[in-house]
Amino acid sequence: MNLEVLAGCLASGACVVTQISSGLIVGMLLFLVASGLSLIFGVLGIVNFAHGAFYMAGAYFALLAYEQTASFTAALAFGALAAGVIGVAFERFIMSRVYGHDVLMQLLVCYAAILIFDDLVKILFGADYKLMGMPDAFATAPIQIAGGFVPSYYIFMLVMALAAGLGLWLGINKTRIGKIIRALAINPQMVGALGINTKLLYAGVFGLGCVLAGLAGALAAPVRSLTPGMGLSVLIESFIVTVIGGMGSIPGALVAALLIGLTRSFGAIGFPLFVDGLMFGLMALVLVVRPSGLLGAKAS
Amino acid sequence: MRRESLRDLFIAAVALAVLLVLPVLFPQPALRDFLVYVIAYGLLAMSLNLLVGLTGLVSFGHAAYFASGAYSFGLLMQSGHFSVPMAMLCALAGTALLALVIGAICVRLKEIYFSFITLAFQMFIHSIILTWVDVTGGDQGLRGGIPRPAFLGIDLSQAGTLYAFCAVVFIVCLLIMRQVWQSPFGYTLRMIRDNPARANFLGVNVLRMKLGIFVLAGTMASMAGILMALFVSGAYAEFAFWTMSGEAIFMIMLGGMQVFLGPVIGAFLLQTLNHYVTIYTEHHGLVLGLVILAIVLGLRRGVADYARDWLAARRTTREAAALEAKPAKKAVS
Repeated sequence: MNLEVLAGCLASGACVVTQISSGLIVGMLLFLVASGLSLIFGVLGIVNFAHGAFYMAGAYFALLAYEQTASFTAALAFGALAAGVIGVAFERFIMSRVYGHDVLMQLLVCYAAILIFDDLVKILFGADYKLMGMPDAFATAPIQIAGGFVPSYYIFMLVMALAAGLGLWLGINKTRIGKIIRALAINPQMVGALGINTKLLYAGVFGLGCVLAGLAGALAAPVRSLTPGMGLSVLIESFIVTVIGGMGSIPGALVAALLIGLTRSFGAIGFPLFVDGLMFGLMALVLVVRPSGLLGAKAS
Repeated sequence: MRRESLRDLFIAAVALAVLLVLPVLFPQPALRDFLVYVIAYGLLAMSLNLLVGLTGLVSFGHAAYFASGAYSFGLLMQSGHFSVPMAMLCALAGTALLALVIGAICVRLKEIYFSFITLAFQMFIHSIILTWVDVTGGDQGLRGGIPRPAFLGIDLSQAGTLYAFCAVVFIVCLLIMRQVWQSPFGYTLRMIRDNPARANFLGVNVLRMKLGIFVLAGTMASMAGILMALFVSGAYAEFAFWTMSGEAIFMIMLGGMQVFLGPVIGAFLLQTLNHYVTIYTEHHGLVLGLVILAIVLGLRRGVADYARDWLAARRTTREAAALEAKPAKKAVS
């Protein structure tokens, strides 16, 4: 424990700005992964324990595209799309076979998928750390806010993540296809009876969730090192976010992701070893007081 | 004594004899080490199956009690004031208390929320182990080895004796769990798994029953942790990490959750797979993943459950065939 250092940081504007900005981007990455997870749970009613693998896929395919084209826009698009395509294939060929089985079957299938994906990444890209490096467009001097330095890429990440989140929320709540997806979550038989291809829609929703995870991975690639096991820690944290925010709630995921991001960045100064403990303690507390999460629908 | 209990005792005696004779027939130390791992992980998976298979409570945080047993036993032995059986009893009692406190909170939640809160508590304990370096050694684990002073003429510092001790404890624990599995309490738990609302109407105190099995399963898991600590002469933070609970779940799923000994079979399968796959290929995850996928998508249940269903199906077709055959004979005569 190092609470004096934490108090010292809180007293200095520069330190607060730096920590808030790093907390925000951690939170934003978690929000993207967790909103995909939450979307899949809300509509399909399954917990995608392999979601971290799509985050990893997004990062590695973004790196591949960046090395080939040297264009960061292409890297982002390719990373997100590749994760989405793999996601749809995974849903169609493997996951859809265990719908309706108990959650343990789904867990086991996802665990097998994680093992396979991690090894495939090792075979395709190598087992050692990979770095993407900052794209040229963002290789500028950091922006100074209240004495603290914030890299311009952080601002870009923040905007991208918020835009994706807003787009998702508008898409689900304001469009016709969003209405169908909401109906699918409540009564799939009825939606099917109305002549809508529910299998296609399930695959689409699963793919969309994976696109979000892939986008998060691609956005993280310039600021994180890429390793074959990178999906796991993100997976565990995005579970915490989903549970605290409420399973199936996108705004809940945003609030919880920011909470966890800031807890991490300030906790790393005050009590670096106990950050995980604090997060899981928070998760247990939320589950006890309000099992459906902060913004989740009340469980019947 | 009932006939079934006698049969269980007989099977247990045979199993113990096999476990004790195996290292005599094949004296390589590698086999003994392999069997101790199967025993410790098998016991962990069996104890978890009291929750998963019997009661329908999918705990993602069962390794917390495994770690609690290992650490408290290790720390008590290192203090030097305790004999091995005394330290074991204290570690079991301490873990039972821990499981009682955590269980009292967890059993109120249902389905996936129960899974998540057990996971949260386990990771909370993992963080405490990592943070409290003075006592637990942090991520280095409990260092300096665990002393194994002789008691009642049993010297556990000899590898052969340690193995025999583990085998006896294992079989005794299995017998205890078998008793629970077949008892009225066990059938009440099955009713709670299949229809909690009806169990409640019949006057069963569902929460108390769930808490009871939660504490028992936690205590059994801590026994597995104690055996592991005795064997590796240490305790590590990984014991409390979520991957340990995950492995226990995979053993149950591989072996089967409705047949009593299914989890032990799963533990044996997973250990064998790990052992051989790492020898022959560096792409360990790829092979293991494909095998798991084949079992899940092919059999759709654990190996032991599949065998049981297959035998049951065969018996029904035979009986049906016999029934058909009888009237035909009569007609001829």
